[in-house]
Amino acid sequence: MRPRPWHLAAVAALTLAGGLTLLHAAAGQATQTVVVTMHHSRFQPEVVRVAPGTTVRFLLRNTDPIDHEFILGDDAVQRRHEQGRQREHHGEVPGEVSVAAGGQAATTYTFRQGGPASLQFACHLPGHYAYGMRGVALVSSG
Amino acid sequence: MARRGIVGLLALLVVVLLGAQPALACGGLVGPGGTVQLARTTTLAGYHQGVEHYLTSFTYSGGGAKFGSIVPLPGVPTDVSKGGEWTLQRLIQETQPQLEAAAAPVAFDAARSSAEVLLKTRVDALDITILRGGGKAVGDWARERGFGLSVDAPEVLDFYAARSPIFMAASFDARAASARGQRLGDGTPIQLTIPTADAWVPLRILGLGHQPSDAIQADLYLLTDRRPALLPEPAAAGQPGVALERSQPASELLLADLRADKGMSWVPASGMWLSYLRIDTTAGRLFHDLAVDTSGRGSPSPVAAGLVDPTEPLRPLPAPTPPAGGPAPVWPWLAAALAGATIATVVALRARARAS
Repeated sequence: MRPRPWHLAAVAALTLAGGLTLLHAAAGQATQTVVVTMHHSRFQPEVVRVAPGTTVRFLLRNTDPIDHEFILGDDAVQRRHEQGRQREHHGEVPGEVSVAAGGQAATTYTFRQGGPASLQFACHLPGHYAYGMRGVALVSSG
Repeated sequence: MARRGIVGLLALLVVVLLGAQPALACGGLVGPGGTVQLARTTTLAGYHQGVEHYLTSFTYSGGGAKFGSIVPLPGVPTDVSKGGEWTLQRLIQETQPQLEAAAAPVAFDAARSSAEVLLKTRVDALDITILRGGGKAVGDWARERGFGLSVDAPEVLDFYAARSPIFMAASFDARAASARGQRLGDGTPIQLTIPTADAWVPLRILGLGHQPSDAIQADLYLLTDRRPALLPEPAAAGQPGVALERSQPASELLLADLRADKGMSWVPASGMWLSYLRIDTTAGRLFHDLAVDTSGRGSPSPVAAGLVDPTEPLRPLPAPTPPAGGPAPVWPWLAAALAGATIATVVALRARARAS
């Protein structure tokens, strides 16, 4: 049976609708935003829950009169930054960004499927981590 | 803030800091590249007839750049000038007959900004600025002038700004001191005259920029119109913490000596009470200030002591609840009986009236 034009039109419409639905879902995932406030040299909230496979845009707001930074990663990442000398992060690395005094910044990070169950976020400017400026991102589908 | 009617007093604090060690590199209000070590702090807080006279000395013991510090104040000073030459030494002599090799590390400092500048003056190599503003404003002000703030500065500045938005920033230019011929270890006494009804001495700021285990040592003298009540209650003499080493009437000889010093004519000839507190603790334990009540009521304010957050509304007392399971009240039955009797009486009277 030879497909008629309206058959092709229906298939095209269904394909377009399905594609748009998938795009919308993906877009919804990418735009998930978590606001984290830096106040009195601490993160608020200190615990963030995300689902595996989620892409999160962290919006960091610094209310303090001093600079801070947001470094998200596993223990190795945290150790490297605590011992390192790099003091400015301009967002080229996902999950790592500096936040000037009184300012705000954003960084996007994808929590991949099958990744670690938790990641730490912290500020590694001198003395800040020891002061308690750290939090945890719990990765679970529950 | 509690009003301390009469004799109160107040005071001080000092500050500043060492920045040489990496662990403290971001501590305190330290100028870029500045490496200044501060020796023990000594302060006099006198409160006479509603006016606080605050005298402290800034001493540097090293460094080639400049350093700064911030002192929370209970009010706006009407005068900032160079303090007397020997008052603090005379007080030490009065209370510490044996000279001590007091070289304990003390440090701190603070910040403040976008704040309103109320007064600027220079005393020797010290640039003094009186500021009014919130903790963040003060911090911004300091940061914009090249000073580094310690990680705990935002919280500590807010701690003070919630009670009094007045701060004194002192920026010590070591090069200027050197040009003036000042030697390491020389101090620059500063005296502030502050009309105020509040009597409290900032202590917590002494720990600014320090690790919780760092030692904090300072001497604090109170000269008040009468014996003060203090909160937290100080430890006994010789004990660690904030210890009340001396509490006695100020001798007329001492008062005469103090009056003879520059800027100390406010000291009465007699009738003053001298308290000497020795602070020997750690930064982690110094989370409060010292409230002073010289009204005679003996009730120093927990807010002034920094033990209660003035921005937190006081939790209302729970409403009293009646005891459960008590006997049923009798009055409803009495009321019902009275009402019934009244109605019966009215009906009977009407019936009698009709019959007649």
